[in-house]
Amino acid sequence: MSTVEAAAGAAQTLSARREEIARDWAGLPLFTTVYGGQQDEAFAAAIRLVEAMVELAGSGRADDVQAPSFAIVRDVLSRITSDRLRSGGDLQQVMDEIGQLWVPLTEMFDSHPGAATVPAELLAVTELIGSLRVAAVVVLLSESDEVVARQRQELMEISTPVIRLWEGIVAVPLIGTLDSIRSQVVMESLLNGIVDEQAAVAILDITGVPMVDTLVAQHLMKTAMAVQLMGAECIISGIRPQIAQTIVHLGIDLREITTRATLSDALKYGLARTGVTLGAGG
Amino acid sequence: MDRIPILRLGSVLIVSVQGDLADALAVALRHDVGAAVSSGGITGVILDVSGVAIVDSYLGRVLTEIAADCSLLGASTVVAGIKPAVAITLVEMGFRLDGARTARSLEAAVAMLGADVAPTAILGSGP
Amino acid sequence: MSLSTAPAALPVRSDVDLIAVREAARTAAADAGFSLVNQTKLVTAVSELARNAVVHGGGGEVRIDSVQQGSLRGVRLVVTDQGPGIEDIAQALTDGHTTGHGLGLGLGGAKRLVNNDFTIESAPGQGTTVTIAMWATPGLTPIQARLPVRS
Repeated sequence: MSTVEAAAGAAQTLSARREEIARDWAGLPLFTTVYGGQQDEAFAAAIRLVEAMVELAGSGRADDVQAPSFAIVRDVLSRITSDRLRSGGDLQQVMDEIGQLWVPLTEMFDSHPGAATVPAELLAVTELIGSLRVAAVVVLLSESDEVVARQRQELMEISTPVIRLWEGIVAVPLIGTLDSIRSQVVMESLLNGIVDEQAAVAILDITGVPMVDTLVAQHLMKTAMAVQLMGAECIISGIRPQIAQTIVHLGIDLREITTRATLSDALKYGLARTGVTLGAGG
Repeated sequence: MDRIPILRLGSVLIVSVQGDLADALAVALRHDVGAAVSSGGITGVILDVSGVAIVDSYLGRVLTEIAADCSLLGASTVVAGIKPAVAITLVEMGFRLDGARTARSLEAAVAMLGADVAPTAILGSGP
Repeated sequence: MSLSTAPAALPVRSDVDLIAVREAARTAAADAGFSLVNQTKLVTAVSELARNAVVHGGGGEVRIDSVQQGSLRGVRLVVTDQGPGIEDIAQALTDGHTTGHGLGLGLGGAKRLVNNDFTIESAPGQGTTVTIAMWATPGLTPIQARLPVRS
């Protein structure tokens, strides 16, 4: 029996016994964790998956991820795995649970009397489940990419707080490296902070930035220029001696931006600019 | 064509630009501001763009040109209310606003120019 | 894998048409879930390119596609004109380049605004086609783009 014939045969069996399969699958962890006690929903989802697999098997191209029938499986699987991930599963767990779908099928395809070798159709079904797992990986990877990207974005936001130092003076203490994505987040946060506070002075403190090269300097410049376009004054503080030397050596021209060694110096400058005098003693 | 109204506040002109500007309107504005400043007694011009969501290089250039015109006519220019998204975009494009100061709001701009009180006339609102 | 809705082609004959183009681009960007900053950048970039088509290309058209890559949504824009074409593309992309009027920031500026997701085909006598694309930052909706200021 050729692989295509075996697959077609498997498709027939799967189709004929789809309700039985769906009932078995609906009782497996992949479905019970998502649908809880809702048997009907689990059953409906399981049947959708069987039907998608029938399509795939019938197409004779079970291992072709580009095939249209594969896309159908992927779509059905995508909903199941998203739901599964959301009910608290990790990649490994979900993969294992998909593998479990194979068990009820072996019993179904193994019931040929006197079989000494593994039936071709069972092989075809095994291959199908394998394709299912590949589809799941594709789905899960793109899901996790999105989750990772979102988490990264949120983390960046949290680590870039805008602080109101005084009336009309805001500051952003930068910590860590300043790549172009982070710099965009910093710019947006700072500018929005200027609007919220109607700030006249914005301080960018780079004490916590380990290294300043041409690119980092460019990001700082862009931020300062954007601050200036909004009518506020930008001060860069926390410039350590090594950083100062690097900037000089690289020939970076910061002449249009006010700079100070420490945040405290920057604040004093800012207070003077906003017309606040510091009284002596207290 | 509707033209952008110009308000006079003592020795200061205030222009409030709203929405999406057709190029021709920007050109007309430049003309009208020039005419208004030329009439004498004007020391400052405020271009309030807080109602503008998009400033491309063309509009940016017109703003710069208005500032240059005013400077020649003895008035200083303040562009007020550039929104954060607009500021970020202009900087990314490499645009420089030469010849004009900036303010975070119309109020701040007025304070900056030390302008005096009552509005006296509305100019340039012809058909 | 890319999924497109039927692309809308907008003619740009004069500067008046730019307003409609900007609005259409803004709508597409908002629908794709772009942050306010990215919406602004995309619309500004399109404005630059469309104006080039009007001023230097004798008029042209702008096609706007909503595109998708996995779960990421984006907007692709193609600006074409049948004008004289650009002789030296590299120079045209350099800041301050002028072909008569203008600051010349248009082309290079647009390229930077879309993070270099930018291709251009142009040759003397063969018109110009510029394609740009921008993708929504996952996880950030326009409303979420603002952080509260802490005291």
